[in-house]
Formats: sequence, C-alpha cells, structure tokens
Amino acid sequence: MRLSPLNRRRWRNFKRNRRAFWSLWIFVVLFGLSLFAEFIANDKPLIVSYRGELHFPVVKFYPETAFGGDFQTEASYRDPEVQCLIVSGGLEECFDDPEAVMADAGDGIVNGEPIAKGWILWPPVPYSYDTPNELDTAAPSPPDAKHWLGTDDATRDVLARVIYGFRLSILFTLIVTAVASVIGIIAGAIQGYFGGWIDLGLQRILEIWGSVPELYVIIILTAIVGRSFWLLVAIVILFGWPRLVGVVRAEFLRARNFEYVRAARALGVSDRKIMFRHILPNAMVATLTFLPFIITGGIATLASLDYLGYGLPSSAPSLGELTLQAKQNLQAPWLGFTAFFVFALMLSLLVFIFEGVRDAFDPRKTFE
Amino acid sequence: MTQPLLEIRDLTVAFRQDGAETLAVRNASLTVAPGETVAIVGESGSGKSVTALSTVSLLPDSARVSGSVTYAGRELLGADERTLCEVRGNDISFIFQEPMTSLNPLHTIEKQLAESIELHQGLRGEAVRARIIELLEKVGIHDPASRLGAYPHQLSGGQRQRVMIAMALANSPDLLIADEPTTALDVTIQAQILELLTDLKRQENMSLLFITHDLGIVRRIADRVHVMKGGEIVEHGPTAELFAAPRHEYTRTLLEAEPAGRPDSPPEGAGEIVRTEGLRIWFPIQRGLLRRTVGHIKAVNDASLSICEGETLGIVGESGSGKTTLALAIMRLIRSEGPIVFMGEHIERLHARELRPLRARMQIVFQDPYGSLSPRMTVEEIISEGLGVHGVPEGRDTHVMVGEIMEEVGLDPSTMHRYPHEFSGGQRQRIAIARAMILRPRLVVLDEPTSALDMTVQVQIVNLLRDLQKRHRLAYLFISHDLRVVRALSHKVMVMKRGDVVEAGPAELIFSAPQTAYTRALMAAAFDLKAVEGGGI
Repeated sequence: MRLSPLNRRRWRNFKRNRRAFWSLWIFVVLFGLSLFAEFIANDKPLIVSYRGELHFPVVKFYPETAFGGDFQTEASYRDPEVQCLIVSGGLEECFDDPEAVMADAGDGIVNGEPIAKGWILWPPVPYSYDTPNELDTAAPSPPDAKHWLGTDDATRDVLARVIYGFRLSILFTLIVTAVASVIGIIAGAIQGYFGGWIDLGLQRILEIWGSVPELYVIIILTAIVGRSFWLLVAIVILFGWPRLVGVVRAEFLRARNFEYVRAARALGVSDRKIMFRHILPNAMVATLTFLPFIITGGIATLASLDYLGYGLPSSAPSLGELTLQAKQNLQAPWLGFTAFFVFALMLSLLVFIFEGVRDAFDPRKTFE
Repeated sequence: MTQPLLEIRDLTVAFRQDGAETLAVRNASLTVAPGETVAIVGESGSGKSVTALSTVSLLPDSARVSGSVTYAGRELLGADERTLCEVRGNDISFIFQEPMTSLNPLHTIEKQLAESIELHQGLRGEAVRARIIELLEKVGIHDPASRLGAYPHQLSGGQRQRVMIAMALANSPDLLIADEPTTALDVTIQAQILELLTDLKRQENMSLLFITHDLGIVRRIADRVHVMKGGEIVEHGPTAELFAAPRHEYTRTLLEAEPAGRPDSPPEGAGEIVRTEGLRIWFPIQRGLLRRTVGHIKAVNDASLSICEGETLGIVGESGSGKTTLALAIMRLIRSEGPIVFMGEHIERLHARELRPLRARMQIVFQDPYGSLSPRMTVEEIISEGLGVHGVPEGRDTHVMVGEIMEEVGLDPSTMHRYPHEFSGGQRQRIAIARAMILRPRLVVLDEPTSALDMTVQVQIVNLLRDLQKRHRLAYLFISHDLRVVRALSHKVMVMKRGDVVEAGPAELIFSAPQTAYTRALMAAAFDLKAVEGGGI
C-alpha cells in the first residue's frame, strides 16, 4: 500500500513519540499472541504422537478410541489413563496403574516388551480458561509452580483466564467501537450535512435515546434472552453510537459551507459523494480524537457489567468476573492484583497509543 | 541619523519541522527611527510577517532565531519574559490583518480595551472608561459611549479594525507594527484606515512599521521601504527614490505587476448565455415555535443581467453588497425568486436531478485557492471529479484529458499525483480553473479569483482568464472588489450596494463617467492610490 505524503508525515510523527510507538508494539505483540490463545493456554495438547502417527488435538477432534480407549467422546487428555495410552502406544495395563506404566515407558520397554512409544507436546500453559483442576488445597489456591497466577474459586487457572479474558475484552471493544463508529459517523454526517428539520428531528430522537437507562435494558433483556456475548455487543452498540454523533455533526456543519464542498456541488456531485469523499476525510481528525474514549469505554463497560453479574455467562473468561471474585475472596489477593495489573496495562497501552495517534493527526502540532 | 528606535541586525529565522530546517528570514537588517514610517513589502512567504513577529518574540516554539533586535538600546532577542511583557503592548503594539479573529468574540469592546489599560497603566474604574472613550473617539468611532457594550460581531469590518487600532494605541506606544492591517477590508474602508493611521502617527509621534504586499499603500504612507523576497531584503531605500529608480530586478517586477490591458471585444453575433429578470434573494427570518416568517434579510433586490458568449460581466461592490449571493443564485446553489434563463432554458424551477446535466455547462472558481481544493485529494482526482459526474466523452481517457487541461492552464502535467498543499497560491488557482474548464463550460462564475493572490500572480491569472475566454468563447461573470482587475477583464460592469444594483452599463462608460456618488466613491478609493503611484511607473 502506498501511503500518501500526509499519512507518511503522520506515521513519522507517531514514531517520534517513543512512548506511543513502544506501546503500540507491546500491544500488537500481546494482542497478536492472545489471538492464538488456544495454542498458548489449552487443556488439549498441541501435538500427540501415537504409535508413530502425529495427531493435532488443538485443531481436531479425536475420540478416546483413537488412542485405544473405551469412549466415543473426545479424549480427555488430562486424564493419566489417556496420557498413559498415548505414551505406551495403547497398553491395556494403563487402565490399572497409569502412573507406573508411564514411569516404566521412559526407555521404550514395558515389562520387558518393546512398545510403540508415543509423546505429548503441551502448550506452555496446559489449562484452558474453563478447565477445572484437582487441587491439594481449597480453591482459590495461591500461585505455585503449576498455576503461575494461582487459581480462582472454581479451581480454574487464573493465567489461562487472563489470556483469554484479554482477548475477549479487546475483541469486544474493537467490534463495538467499529460498528458504533460507523453508525455514529453516518448519523452525524446526515445531521450535519442536511441540517434543518432532519437535524432537529434526529437531535430530539438522540436526546430521548440518551435518557433510556442502559443498565435496566440490559438487566431486562438478559433476564428474557439469557446472557450471551453477542447480545451484549448488540446492546452496547445500541447505546454507544450516539457518542460520536455530536462531533461528526459539528464537523459536517462546519465543512458543508467550505468552498471545496461548494465547488463539488457546482460540479453536480451527488450529496452522498460529497459527504463521504469530500467532507468525511477532513472530519476524520476530530473523530479520531474521540475514538480512544470509546475504546477504553468499551472495555470498562464490559468489565463493570461482568462485575455486576449482568455481563457474560459466568463460564466465559472475563476480567470483570475476576474482579468480582477478588472482592468476594479478599483472602486471595493474587486475584485482585492480577485483575488490577491486567486492566492497568491494557488501558495504559491503549491510552498511550491513541495519545500518539491524536498528536500525529494534529496538523497544528509541529515536531522537531 | 538619530539613535534608531528599533534596530534589527542580521536577523535569521528558521523553522524546524520533521527534522528539516526551513529558512524563513535570512540576514535581515533594518532600522526604524523615532517618528518614521518604514514599510516592508513582499509577496506571501517572503518572511515579512516573521520578521515583524520576531521583534518581540511572538514566533512559535519551532522557530530558531539568531541575530540581534534592539529596542531603544535594549536587546530583545533572548530577553526574559518580564522584559518582553513590558515592551509588548506598552512600547511596541501590534495590529493584525484579520480584525474578526483578533478580537475575542465573547468580550465587549469596553472589556477588550480595559484589559490592556488596567494591565499596563494601572488605571481603575471611571478613569479606564474615560480613557476608552477618548481612544475610540480618536480612532473615529461615532458616539463611542454608546458602543462600549457592543460585541465584535455587532461592528462592521472597518469598525473592528478601528477598535483594534484603539487597543494598539491604548498605552501610547512608541512603535506600532501593522501587519497587513487593510488587506481584509474593502477599498473604501482601506482608504479611511490608512488616513487614520497617518493622522494618528503624526499626533502621537509614533513610529510605524508597516507590512504589506500593496505597493500603492507603501507609496502613500512610507518614508522608507524594504523589499523582501525569499527571506532576504533585496533592496531598501527612501520611498521616492526606490519607486523612481528601482535597482533590483525583483522590485521592478513588483512595480510592473499591475493587471493591465483591456478585454478583447466580444465576438460578432454572439448568442446569449444567461439572463435574469428582477432576480430577488431574500432570506426569511423565522421566529418562535411555529417558525413564522417575521421579516427578511434582503440579500439581493431586483437584479437583471444578461451575458453573451465571449463576454464578461463584472460585478463590483463592497463586502455584504450581495455580489456573491447573486452569483450563487444564478448557479442555482441557493434559492431565489425570478426567472433565470440559461442557454435558452428556464432553470429557476428545475430539480437538482434535472439540473445536473446543466451543471457541466456552468462552472465556478472561488476566491480562496486554499479553501476550494479538498486537501485530501490529489490534483488529478480534483480536476477529474466533474468527469466522474458527467461522464468522459466517447473515446477519451480521463488521464489524458487531465494532462491536456493542466497544460492549457499552465501547469506541469507530471505533477498531477501531488496534493494541493504542495502548490503555491497561484498554482492552486490554476488547478481550480482547470477543474472548471475540463467540462468545457459555457458560463464561468469567477468569485474574486485574484484577490487572495500576490500582485505578480494576479497578472498571470488575469492573462490566463482572458486567453481562455478568447479560445473557448466563454461567458464570464466576474465578481471582484478590485476595480483594477475588473477593468482589465470586463466588457460590462454592474455596481451593487447592499443588495441593490446602483449602476450598470458598458465598462468603458462606467469607468470614464460614473453616474452615482457611490460608484465615484468606490473609484476614488481604488484609483486614488493608483493615481499617486501612476506617475513614476
């Protein structure tokens, strides 16, 4: 893609803000990694070698029978029996004493007989966000060698939940911001460009819409429909789009009498084309300065709804739910600290990045 | 010579951006003696304003200044904030170009003036008010006591500039720096303001550093002139000497830059392109819940005109006289009443859709070449936009057509992938003309196409327009407050005042024997300057 000189200048200005630039890189790496959360934290192995054949449980379904077990259901790889079957190539002895067989299989010979030795490659964090664990102590358990950030009150690994929760928060806010911005920009553009009665009418609708209590609507709807990710996305978009309307409307009101807009009108260019080809690119800067608030606002909305218990289903990896658990289990401070640091890191990175973006788009700001 | 009041020696100003350094002023030196008027003349970008602003360190942070600026023996460059604050407003005052934006729109006249007086003179209460009234009287505002509570938007442009001058005079400065103080004003107001400034200078015994691009003004008020080009002072000397015998080539070009010549007579048997009869444009004032129309703003009353092929109608008048409104109405860009006949067809009732095919035949070029080009589009996109709406003629290629039209208006076709900000003001105006011409229109409305341009560029644009008219038999509706340009282009002239057509007729007749007092006043203001400067050139 060839960047226009203007965008190249902006990119240079952005790079010059070291904090924003490094924040962007850290964020891209973290978010990129979290997109592959299934390969980082999962209760299914990445690769399994069974009797010399390679299997990929992360991406594919294998019944237990595929490894010499009894059930048609998906192999539960965390069971010692299944692990023993894989390592020993399907020995019957595994059902009696898997630990002993596995210990014996290290040299490729069990009870004096050679076996088809297999192996299992686990992800760095061998738990998924909803994997229940058998603990020696009561849940939530403090951090140890197996669970680096401890477990929560349902014995689930906190690190795995944080990795998935980070991804969920970011994706949620990106979807909400993208859709709400598109709706908001179109509505604001129409209001500002046409003005008059259309403007007046939409303004009144917005005022009425803005006074509908969002939280009650969510409580009522979740009571009827049940909690789900997409319902939450829909509701937050529904109540989020008016935030951009004001800015875009003002920009369009200002720009509709600019001479280049008049010139386009004199050429006979259609209204829609004038709005989106001539005015919008020039109204984008003001819009952009507003985006960071919407993005961080989206994360905060999701977290607070989860915290209140009206958000995602409780099995979902939610940072808000982690915060709620931290409040309910004050004796387990690792929950609270984890939630705090994850939020702090995520929001700080986003704020730093968008601060840089805003400055880079500001034509009046000069950089040495 | 006596000890100079202000002395600038080897001033160099550079702006740093994106790591690159641009020199705005190079080794400029000048002095202003007490009671003297010194003018800095140059075209836009020559560094004249930067020179003035650097005297009291009003430049943005990205500027790197070196050299020396002394005021009454005190070094100002690198002086601490306290010294500068003492000098600013107290000893050295500024008047800026744009009277609307230099006044705070939310403060009354009294408040704006009181601020500076209280700050620097320590007066309070009634004394401040008395001083304000005295000042307003001095700058020629009638009945100043009743104007104290007025806000800037309630004043006219000339009155606002008078208030600005009153503010600058508030603390009896020794030096007044005026940065293009009359450029945004009508010619008649400009003449008044210049008179006021020269009077005040004499009364208060001030020095005046006057920055302008208009040689006519310089000739009228300056004792000495410095000519700047590209950040350097290329020539300086006493006004009379410099005008009589300019040594530097650039000064000669500046002096010769004057829209001259007359339009060629229109072709024989030319058909009528556009005609209006008693066109009226009233904007309703609506009040109350039901938006009842309680009155009208009468922008244009009863305007009748007719333009033929290859002919130019010049519309002149002060700002607010309705000239632009009339042009926009003829192009059906705003609502109006009364018949508009375009190429034999009544267009006053056509819908936007029916009007679209006709739009290709009528085009408009605006005043501000910076505002009329979308900054986010390349030149090719801008010029070819009309083709996208009206379709490319059979067998032609957009790219080739854009190249041809760029060549015709004197632009290098290889620059079509650049963005408007990479071009100079004159080049941008050529782009705007190319955008209008590519559709091969019959009628082109030119709304002050030259007034934002430097004099030397004005001449080129006027020549280009005349050339295009001859080649394509274009009808021009030319709007301007600059009578010199109007004279160089128009066959017919229409004079407007507050929405009324006060005089209309063949150009030669109006210019040689104006009938109404208003037209005469307009011409005196515009050509008096010229009459004075006409001698030596």
